[in-house]
Amino acid sequence: MQKRSVFKSKYLPYVLILPQLLVTLTFFYWPAAQGLIQSFFLSDPFGQSNAFVWFDNYVAIFTDPLYLKSIGITVAFSLTTAFVSISLGLTIATLANRATRCKALIRTMLVWPYAVAPAISGILWLFLLHPSFGVVALALKKGFGFNWNPVLNGGDALAMVIVASAWKEISYNFVFFMAGLQAVPHSLIEAASMDGASPFRRFRSITLPLLSPTLFFLTVMNIIYAFFETFGVIHAVTQGGPGGSTNTLVYKVYQDGFIGLDMGSSAAQSVILMVLIVGVTVFQFKFIEKKVQYAG
Amino acid sequence: MVEKTPILDFLTYLFLILGIVIVGFPIIYAGIAATLPLEKVSMVPMPLIPGDQFLVNMKTAWTRGDLSTQLINSVIMASGITIGKISVSMLGAFSIVYFDYRFRTIAFVTVFCTLMLPVEVRILPTYEMAANVFGPLQPLWDALHLNSVVSWFAGNDIEVALNWSLLDSHTGLILPLVASATCTFLFRQFFLTVPEELCEAAKMDGASPMTFFRKILFPLSKTNIAALVVIEFVYGWNQYLWPLLITTNPKMQTAVIGLQNLIPLADDLPEWNIALSGALIVMLPPIVVVLAMQKWFVKGLVDSEK
Repeated sequence: MQKRSVFKSKYLPYVLILPQLLVTLTFFYWPAAQGLIQSFFLSDPFGQSNAFVWFDNYVAIFTDPLYLKSIGITVAFSLTTAFVSISLGLTIATLANRATRCKALIRTMLVWPYAVAPAISGILWLFLLHPSFGVVALALKKGFGFNWNPVLNGGDALAMVIVASAWKEISYNFVFFMAGLQAVPHSLIEAASMDGASPFRRFRSITLPLLSPTLFFLTVMNIIYAFFETFGVIHAVTQGGPGGSTNTLVYKVYQDGFIGLDMGSSAAQSVILMVLIVGVTVFQFKFIEKKVQYAG
Repeated sequence: MVEKTPILDFLTYLFLILGIVIVGFPIIYAGIAATLPLEKVSMVPMPLIPGDQFLVNMKTAWTRGDLSTQLINSVIMASGITIGKISVSMLGAFSIVYFDYRFRTIAFVTVFCTLMLPVEVRILPTYEMAANVFGPLQPLWDALHLNSVVSWFAGNDIEVALNWSLLDSHTGLILPLVASATCTFLFRQFFLTVPEELCEAAKMDGASPMTFFRKILFPLSKTNIAALVVIEFVYGWNQYLWPLLITTNPKMQTAVIGLQNLIPLADDLPEWNIALSGALIVMLPPIVVVLAMQKWFVKGLVDSEK
């Protein structure tokens, strides 16, 4: 798509796009290509020798029980985080949409966690869930007799990073659900209530189906968020531990490559993540196309 | 609402308040902890009545975390990324929409596909790139035997290695993050809705492309720019992985990364009051930006993710 009326200039358009292209080529495409090449090589940590090993790095990764475990952790982590933050976001947005008074104030009170860095959200929740000082940890212990200890217990640690990641994302989902709810035609709701549908029935049969594109979009976005942007939570709070129980795929790339200096394996892991995100993006765009047809 | 449902309305507000409290709880609790002295914050459970140590804790956190340096780094990084991203992508979108040239589509696709290459999937090679931006040019330099050319000019044998490192620098914190597929896409979509007549009229009046950009396109884009300022400032301020990789010098660290040093470890004094005071200071600027520009924030979030 393009304008009918355009300017004519020999050099100007190139000059205008140049900064953008330079940055993308230097810091996006070149490193991505380097990573792809490196993933077929085995090199020692000091960069002295480099041997071409075909798919050995990939084979090593997929036969490594630690990597397979990390896949499981990442999937569990992403799905739970997405589910928790989406369901809470939807609940709160539905309630806020029903409210008739103090709308602006309510929205203000609910959007601000968006601005909190994932790492800081991690610190706040670490304090609440700390085995010796945390008030929530204490409540769990006293109230439910649950011996909560995220410092030693892997499952508890995973639950802690899920809570910290999901909490921050509630306001993101809230904003999108509010936008979606306000787009539901009022006439439909009125007609349904004249036919005697209760508020719950109206929500289930009218609002929820109309929200399904938003719901789908947010599911994709939340999973991407949980995959890539929660690095800060994990680095600040658990560092992948205890015993690798919060070692997600992205954190593992960082640890194996940047800390462990295993270039080949880290590069191959990066390529796997790249393939994954390309897949998700293509999937999402296919869906958006469908949505447009549906609406039209 | 449609019909009168007093009980349901009451429940709505009740649960809404409950929701707001749950969402706000971590920060309220951190706020109370930040006002307590050490012996009270390490009590189990911690008392919920605010103490009087707020300023003392803030001051301790400020000096211990070297927040004055780190906050300046964060401000430079966040505003650099915001300004850089918006100007680079606005000019790029202007080029793509308002000019007709051979590589237009290729340029757009090249920029757009960066959407699929977040820094998380290319950690090490991007770091290597930042360590020496001229690295990829070195083989070219060697292949062209430019070394001997330089030696010939200099009159004696010298070895020239191309080196430009971005590690531990503000440029390094900002530059690799200023390319943006979403911003470029957003401006492109917006420019496409600008009426054709404006461009026609400007051309008829003999305005140059840049005059058109400055006098017409830029003022029209103001709401879009405001919306993106909020989103990108928060994005820049909260960056974690990239600053972690390329800064080792504490003087160049950003505030979000530096907070790690304030978290008490198992053997330290449990000075959570200090750690949380630091956290409150560091999270304040992006929260202020979001709340002060709430209208644009919602627009920016919903638009830029479409």
